[in-house]
Amino acid sequence: MQAIDIKLMRDFRRLWVQGLAIAVVLACGVAILLTAFGMHTALTDTRAAYYERNRFAEVFADARRAPDRLLPEIREIPGVYSAEARVQGMAVLDLPGRVAVAMGQMLSWPADDDPLLNVPILRTGLYPARAGEVMVTTSFAEANGFRIGDTFHANLNGQRRELTITGTALSPEFIYTIGPGALMPDNEGFGIIWMPEAELEAAFDMAGAFNHLALRLTADAVEADVLDALDALLDPYGGLGAYGRAQQVSDAFVSAEIDQLRGMAVVVPPIFFAISAFLVGMVMSRIVALDRAEIGLLKALGYTDLEISLHYLLLAALIAVIGVGLGWGLGTLLARAMAWQYARFFEFPYLLFRVPSWVYAMSGLAALATTMLGALRAALMAARLAPAVAMQPPAPPVFRKTILDRVMAAARLKQTTIMVLRSLIRWPVRSALTMLGLGAATAAVISASFMFDALARIIDLAFNQSYRQDAMVLFADDVPDTALSDLMRLPGVMQAEAQQFHAATLRNGPREKRVSIEARPEGATLSRVIGADGTPIDPPPGGILLSDRLAAQLEVGVGDTLEVEFMTGRRETHEMVVAGLVEQYFGLGAYVEIGYLDRLFRRAPTMSVGNILIDEPDLPALHAALQDTPRLSGLILMRENRAAFEDTISENVTVVNTVYAVIAILITVGVAYNGARIQLSERARELASLRILGFTRAEVSRVLVGETMLLALLAQPVGWLMGAWIARALASSFTSDLYAIPLVLEPKSFAWASLVVLAASLGSVMIVRRRIDRMDLVEVMKTRE
Amino acid sequence: MADRPDTVFRTEGLTKVYDTGGAKVHALAGVDLELYAGELSVLLGPSGSGKSTLLNILGGLDHATGGRVWFRDLELTRLGDRALTRYRRNHVGFIFQFYNLVPSLSARENVQLVTDVAPNPMDAAEALERVGLKHRLDHFPAEMSGGEQQRVAIARAIAKRPEVLLCDEPTGALDSKTGVQVLEVLREINDEFGTSTVVITHNAGIRAMAHRVVRFADGRIASVEVNDTRVAPHEISW
Ligand SMILES: Nc1ncnc2c1ncn2[C@@H]1O[C@H](COP(=O)(O)OP(=O)(O)O)[C@@H](O)[C@H]1O
Ligand SMILES: [Mg+2]
Repeated sequence: MQAIDIKLMRDFRRLWVQGLAIAVVLACGVAILLTAFGMHTALTDTRAAYYERNRFAEVFADARRAPDRLLPEIREIPGVYSAEARVQGMAVLDLPGRVAVAMGQMLSWPADDDPLLNVPILRTGLYPARAGEVMVTTSFAEANGFRIGDTFHANLNGQRRELTITGTALSPEFIYTIGPGALMPDNEGFGIIWMPEAELEAAFDMAGAFNHLALRLTADAVEADVLDALDALLDPYGGLGAYGRAQQVSDAFVSAEIDQLRGMAVVVPPIFFAISAFLVGMVMSRIVALDRAEIGLLKALGYTDLEISLHYLLLAALIAVIGVGLGWGLGTLLARAMAWQYARFFEFPYLLFRVPSWVYAMSGLAALATTMLGALRAALMAARLAPAVAMQPPAPPVFRKTILDRVMAAARLKQTTIMVLRSLIRWPVRSALTMLGLGAATAAVISASFMFDALARIIDLAFNQSYRQDAMVLFADDVPDTALSDLMRLPGVMQAEAQQFHAATLRNGPREKRVSIEARPEGATLSRVIGADGTPIDPPPGGILLSDRLAAQLEVGVGDTLEVEFMTGRRETHEMVVAGLVEQYFGLGAYVEIGYLDRLFRRAPTMSVGNILIDEPDLPALHAALQDTPRLSGLILMRENRAAFEDTISENVTVVNTVYAVIAILITVGVAYNGARIQLSERARELASLRILGFTRAEVSRVLVGETMLLALLAQPVGWLMGAWIARALASSFTSDLYAIPLVLEPKSFAWASLVVLAASLGSVMIVRRRIDRMDLVEVMKTRE
Repeated sequence: MADRPDTVFRTEGLTKVYDTGGAKVHALAGVDLELYAGELSVLLGPSGSGKSTLLNILGGLDHATGGRVWFRDLELTRLGDRALTRYRRNHVGFIFQFYNLVPSLSARENVQLVTDVAPNPMDAAEALERVGLKHRLDHFPAEMSGGEQQRVAIARAIAKRPEVLLCDEPTGALDSKTGVQVLEVLREINDEFGTSTVVITHNAGIRAMAHRVVRFADGRIASVEVNDTRVAPHEISW
């Protein structure tokens, strides 16, 4: 090894704490990059393989009741490669040992052959073959502790049936399973159930007909054309609109997750890389300044500028190498842990997990490159030093009398305070950069809290203000609103209100949008429309109330007329006047008064959903009664839903906030510790002189601690501004067709962020302070700088 | 010593002006000088008279403002930074007042710093043996006395077998006894290898051991004397 390399290693050993502080920040970036790309690759690969091997359909369509003879015609549509029809429906389940009502999505299982499309993977047991046999999703069986041969009951269109589990399976259609109206998967309360075709057809009165269609397309097919052709064919049979994978619930969730991983990989690591580059630059500049004489010497000995620059770049590279090593280790572990998390959350039969080697290479190169970039300025500084000048001691920095000095003199500040203030002004760029670094740490915490503050506001509006019912009772069909009094008679029901949901297409000239129209009685109290400002709004009689986002997409305003094509009931088309707009964060809401709709349809008051308020102690009795109620297709327990959701959210809040707090602490320690070390090395003599003059350790430390903490304090408003700015950017980037994120800035989140950063700054500077306490006065004064 | 010795350094109207914002400092105000191969020359003169400036320019550490400088046939004043670096690497050994050892490297490693890049170096241990530090190979600068550190610096300078050895106040930071030891080493090397040596000093006593004594004042050469009889360093009174 060359002597200059030995010097490198020894210098590095001397700086290892500083180096490590930077390496850890760098490692975070590398690890996140690895995890995000690794998971992204794993999910993409796994999904692709699963979809391909199990022939996941590309186009889906639901209809009320289409005859089987339509199938050959559908297969003739240009672009259709294969088509498969089935019968499906919701059923209320009565599971042994479970008090609450559960729901099942019943799917027909072909009689003579295995399914062509969306082929399930049998995990245990056998396919259902005879009447009364069913196959269920593995997650549903596991959550409820079912084994092959266990039985449960289902209310199939009013008939109570005993069903025996013959098999459990996974399906590419249900990688992510979520029940109607639910916000989170609930494997115990919702499951997918396959039962023999003949039996299900009989139960749902669907002999010789189907109500769900799955298609695979040829390579050259144009999806939009197929969707149009399909809609046209299914229209007479109550077609509810064909859709592609993008609208398939399970795939939409998986895709959203994949996109999010990509977003994370693109947005987050650069922040870490930038901060470590910044830290490397800061530390390396200082090292070069301290090494002036040695650089001069090396030049005098005949080392070239290039060799000397490389020497310092290599020092930075060592930091990068350690950071990359740590990051690879951490990232590999993290990616594995995440893969488990995903395997639990999504139901894949296997996970093709691998972090591709190019991701390792790319993350390593990116980290190395940014570190080099950070060190470049310092390396060039070293190259530019003239050898003769380098070997003379540096001239003392020029302090000039400024207005501030006069102010300070007038204010009779302590000499040590003046030292602090002067040095801030003497090195304005460094002070500003340190402030910026610490501000970034504060901003990181704020931006993490912001998402949850915003979410909390949306949830509060949605649950506590909008949906105040304890449960929604779903009927299989529209029922006369006399059903309300039936509901009231059920045990524990204290209040009941009617509601209807109608799939419909709203049209304004060429603009059209498919939505679900909600109809409620005027003055409904359980389920209400709530504006962004938190006030409830009733749809004006004789008109339709639109969310502002929907109105904007349709380009209509109050007073304009819309053509509304209903896909429910008799599939009538009506003109409706836009009677009002409501500002909302969530969804493309369209609301009408229920009586207005019934008059429009020329029918007696009808309902499809009953919203009820329940007296808690009677809940078991209510569940028992509902399991035997005919025409019921489901029950959504809002309270459980809400609790599950809030649990998940608050669990996430804790995890994410902790992660970001740790990140902020790392950044802060990186910036504050390095800043204080640099200061100390610059000021060792000055501080030692103070000690010799008789200042106490505490007084001397105050200069060091004071400067860092003053910068940390000044950094807070900067961080708040940056945080608010990032929050605004996040809010607008997350705003989509479906929702807007309110810009909620909670003072307590700002306070928390500042607390974290100030505490971490104090901690870092206190570590450096220990060095002052141990400072050998004689040595410091003797060493030449 | 030959009658017509070869010139190693020659300067013609050499000037160096430092522009420090305010007043211009004429560190060298026209220096014409010839130094000869194999000689040990001493530069004397008050502080600030331009000695170090001259030495730095001769050693290729600094650029002149005006005039010309030759090292043998090589005109240094025509060279760019890259060529000057090569010149230093191949031909020049420096010794400084404050030793300028790298504190994180041991004695041997400090010498290796040079042997790693020089074209025809001696072994680092051999160079240290020459200066009487065979037993100190693995000591760090902080573990050595000033005199020992300066001897490491000398070992480092001679390890490349330089043609010229430029010493800027090599004994300036040493007491008289260790100063004498250092001078003895320098003289031995001059005697043994015939290395042309230039030594800057404040100490007029040292001149007695030189072949040639150049006196500086105000950026100019005041006088040049040739010693016919040189005294040994230990006879020098400090
Ligand atoms: N880098 C520099 N910038 C400005 N002035 C300098 C610089 N180096 C030397 N000088 C000035 O040049 C003059 C000669 O300096 P120097 O050669 O170091 O003198 P000596 O070595 O004889 O003591 C002095 O007045 C000194 O202040
Ligand atoms: Mg000098």
